[in-house]
Amino acid sequence: MSRIAVYLLLAFAVVTVGFPVYYAFAGALMGPSELASYPPALLPHSVTGRNFAGAVHAIPLGRQYLNSAITATVITVAQLLTSILAAYAFVFLPLRARAAVFAVFLATLMVPWEAVIIPNYLTISGWGLGNTYFGLVLPFLASGFGTFMLRQSFRQFPAELRDAARIDGAGHWRFLWRVLVPLSKPSLAAIAVYVFLSAWNQYFWPLIITRTAQMQTLQIGMESLRDAEVADPGLVLAGVVLTLLPTLALVVLGQRFIVRGLTAGAVR
Amino acid sequence: MPTARRSRRDWGERTLAWAFLTPSLVVFALFIGYPLGRTFYLSAHANDLFGAPSRYVGLRHYTDLLGSAEFHQTLVTTALFVLLTVVPGVVGALALVLLLESRIHGVRAFRSAFALPFAFSVASASVVFSVLYNPASGVLNGLLSQLGVAPVGWLTDQRYALLSVGAATIWMTLGYNVLVLSAGVGSIPQEITEAARLDGASGLRLARSVTVPLLGPHLFFLVVVSTINALQSFGQIHILTKGGPDGATRTLVYSVYEKAFAYGSSDFGTASAQAVVLLVVVLACAGVQFGVLERKVHYA
Repeated sequence: MSRIAVYLLLAFAVVTVGFPVYYAFAGALMGPSELASYPPALLPHSVTGRNFAGAVHAIPLGRQYLNSAITATVITVAQLLTSILAAYAFVFLPLRARAAVFAVFLATLMVPWEAVIIPNYLTISGWGLGNTYFGLVLPFLASGFGTFMLRQSFRQFPAELRDAARIDGAGHWRFLWRVLVPLSKPSLAAIAVYVFLSAWNQYFWPLIITRTAQMQTLQIGMESLRDAEVADPGLVLAGVVLTLLPTLALVVLGQRFIVRGLTAGAVR
Repeated sequence: MPTARRSRRDWGERTLAWAFLTPSLVVFALFIGYPLGRTFYLSAHANDLFGAPSRYVGLRHYTDLLGSAEFHQTLVTTALFVLLTVVPGVVGALALVLLLESRIHGVRAFRSAFALPFAFSVASASVVFSVLYNPASGVLNGLLSQLGVAPVGWLTDQRYALLSVGAATIWMTLGYNVLVLSAGVGSIPQEITEAARLDGASGLRLARSVTVPLLGPHLFFLVVVSTINALQSFGQIHILTKGGPDGATRTLVYSVYEKAFAYGSSDFGTASAQAVVLLVVVLACAGVQFGVLERKVHYA
């Protein structure tokens, strides 16, 4: 295939893939008349910030930002903690039923969450935790995925370093937090980025477990923006852009971690 | 007494191991193990209007599903949705990755561009597409009418709704697919491709005889993961079509949602039976993956 054809094909693909991204930003800056104009406007002529102000006014966006941030942060920190402890037990501690317990952790990865969502909804509501932060985070405080990834990383930890720490008199607890965790930062970062993104982007669970706009996360609130203002796509797109900024920053800044985390399950 | 001390230390370490495992095990027991059992339990019970299980009905929910035309349509829609998203999604990503491999400039820039959709959550991507698909003010119909084509009811026309939701889904997953396959290409030993090039292979020939066969395990992984993800797709359907028009985009997961939570419905019995069907299908996919991987791990 000639080189020019390759470039043309790639350029076509970039335009196709990039258009929705471009339009989200461009449309967020257009006024209502431009968005409804015919032929469709592809460039904002008179850039306006009105949509952003409108979006913030229409839904409790600040509060929902906070909800998303709290939820995603708590889930990330908790999953890191529980996974660090569990992975440590698998790699550095004696355990008779190691294979069986590890199989349990792996099995949790295979259960589709949608298959257990009804009983979980009943459990959380039964505890009176519907529409609360606890309800949003409780089911996600541990993860087979995080444990699995960290176990891989801990297993490659040099035995000499471990022995040296032990000779220096470090018990398990001190070795774990003073030596192992600081030296495992790249793996921990990869897991943290991945977990934070998935938690921030959750949809099904926050949709059913929250009832009021005050408790909704951004992902859910954004949609009510559309339902409330059917005729104003600019407002909706502004909401999307505002929701997108943190993840966009995370994807751009943490790209190498993401690649590690995402392809971890792939065959090597 | 070295042995006594050793066994005491051993005992302490074993206890510590369980202490470290307990937080995770408690979460798994409460939110995966127990609900798994309860899903089966609910699926074997009738329920009142508020969803509380009333009496044991055995397999009736399942036999009802077998005989229900609506559920048949749901299964067909689910299968179509998987096919429509997985095949073009994987093939498209493969084509892009192969194009990027043909020694061109700006590979990094292209790759970043293709990874962009990755920053979008399912919800934000769906909302953007709902604006693009809008029958009256959407850009898609605007451009079409410039070409003299009548407006299309992207999400409201029975014939197009599933395709439109599928296209949006492919867009959302493209970044991930490109990442996985790029990593795969990166893991192919340079000597092999260099040797093939020295033998005069290039372009399509190189792709067909060297790159794609060596990507086999990655492609397989991607197909399985994409299939499982497609089976679990929910947000885009809820935001774009709510399963409509007239059930045209009602997949298995969406059907579970409708029966259990939508429009004040609390038919947890039927919904749980459908959740069990979903569980079996996903586990079968995971099982296929493990079975095949066990046999074909050695490559390249």
